[in-house]
Amino acid sequence: MIEVHDLWFYYDSNPVLKGVSLEINSGEIVAIMGENGAGKTTLIKHFNGLLKPKRGYVKVFGIDTRYATVAQLSRRVGLVFQNPDHQLFAETVEEEVSFALKNFGFPKEVISERVERVLKLLDLYDLKDRSPFTLSGGERRRVTIASVLCYDPDIIIFDEPTVGQDYMQKEKLAQLIKLLHTRSKTVIVVTHDVEFVAENFPRVILLSSGRIIADGSTRKILTDEDLMKKANLVLPQVTQIAYLLHEFGIPKDLLLVHEIRDSILKIFAGEKL
Amino acid sequence: MMTLKAFEFKRGDTIIHRLDPRVKFLLSISFLALSFIYSNLVMLLIFLLTIIPLFYFAKSLENYLKSLKGALLFIILVSALNYFVSGLYLALTITLRLILLMSSFSIFFMTTYPEDFALMLVNIGVPYDFALTLTMSIRFVPTLAREAQIIIDAQRSRGLELEKGNFMVKLKNYIPILVPLIVNALRRSMSVAEAMESRAFGASPKRSSLVELSFKREDYIALLIIVFFTTIMLLLKFYFHIEDSLNLYLFFTG
Repeated sequence: MIEVHDLWFYYDSNPVLKGVSLEINSGEIVAIMGENGAGKTTLIKHFNGLLKPKRGYVKVFGIDTRYATVAQLSRRVGLVFQNPDHQLFAETVEEEVSFALKNFGFPKEVISERVERVLKLLDLYDLKDRSPFTLSGGERRRVTIASVLCYDPDIIIFDEPTVGQDYMQKEKLAQLIKLLHTRSKTVIVVTHDVEFVAENFPRVILLSSGRIIADGSTRKILTDEDLMKKANLVLPQVTQIAYLLHEFGIPKDLLLVHEIRDSILKIFAGEKL
Repeated sequence: MMTLKAFEFKRGDTIIHRLDPRVKFLLSISFLALSFIYSNLVMLLIFLLTIIPLFYFAKSLENYLKSLKGALLFIILVSALNYFVSGLYLALTITLRLILLMSSFSIFFMTTYPEDFALMLVNIGVPYDFALTLTMSIRFVPTLAREAQIIIDAQRSRGLELEKGNFMVKLKNYIPILVPLIVNALRRSMSVAEAMESRAFGASPKRSSLVELSFKREDYIALLIIVFFTTIMLLLKFYFHIEDSLNLYLFFTG
């Protein structure tokens, strides 16, 4: 689906990506994590051709991104940017969401039908005649998600979707990702939010100063103190507690609240772990 | 965007950076005036050859050449236009004048700390509010350029093709880029104003300044050189009519 081979990229002469190789299969849900400036955003901008490799290649659905336009790739790879204020421009929410559909040349009837469906999905239908500029932060973010989901891309990439979002918004986002997963979409998320990843993503790719330092199961990576330190990330809170309680026989590789609850209860019940 | 590099301050600790901004400003103005007073190719070339070493001393030669390269398209356009309207000689003269114009202010802005620029403006009688507005707009040019790039990326990801269509369509293509850019700029200026007010901007009518501009020995020497050079050039033009003799020479040899 997405195949990255020995990807190098530099701005001016500063290398940002130094030989990144990875594969993401159809229907996978992947979190890309790493410290600020690790190259996460630069990496995902290669997936829809906004950036072209200086060395190595990126193939999406077998198409080498060097030989395709951003518009061609974007039709199948939707990228939701971090800050809604960097893309909202239309007079109404409805118009904003139909922008991409118009660009991709969908017929009129299809546009209105799709826009209605996606607005309802994201709980925005009542706001369809409002100006995007008058909406709240969470609503604006949902409009940007709607403006990508409307044209039904196969791969959806979110750049830092949880920044500045309250718990409810994050919960809704998690549900949305699950929904996309059941529709066999590929979902890639760039984030710092370890709890969000621990709860929702089976696979993590860890970037540090332009290189992949780990790629694999979330449990293995997020509970590895050394790796996480290297990537300037804190361990998930549950894992931190598990580390502190290790001497009482609690395993270190716990990620979720119910896991640590179960282990503690077992100890109370006098079971040997 | 590369062209803007010509006017972007680069921190440095060279003799040119240390010069008093007022001296540097006089230098820019002198070169500007001379390049308009003279219309002789040889003389303009001499001015350019005088100004280029200054970039070398400021360790900014590379940035200067880069900014020229960025402006190349514009420069070629101007010379082509003038070539068709008024012939080769005039086209070359005007192109050279354009480069001189850019260079003379480039050396000022590349080596003058924006704060010093504001201080200089206040020193020569510009009200502080205006000086601050000016330096702040210079400060925000790179920020805006970066933001424009992000917006372009975001809209291209939604299928916008800037190069598509005829002239009118192309203009329309820029609406989704300009609207967020302007809205964000307005919002930002609002919050900058709030941040300044919360730090008591304008609390006292007469501001004091932490740094006062003062002339040092190098400044006097530089001032002397600039005045000397400019006076000679003016004398050459208006008293000795050097351009006439140069043209005469060209007439007989060429």
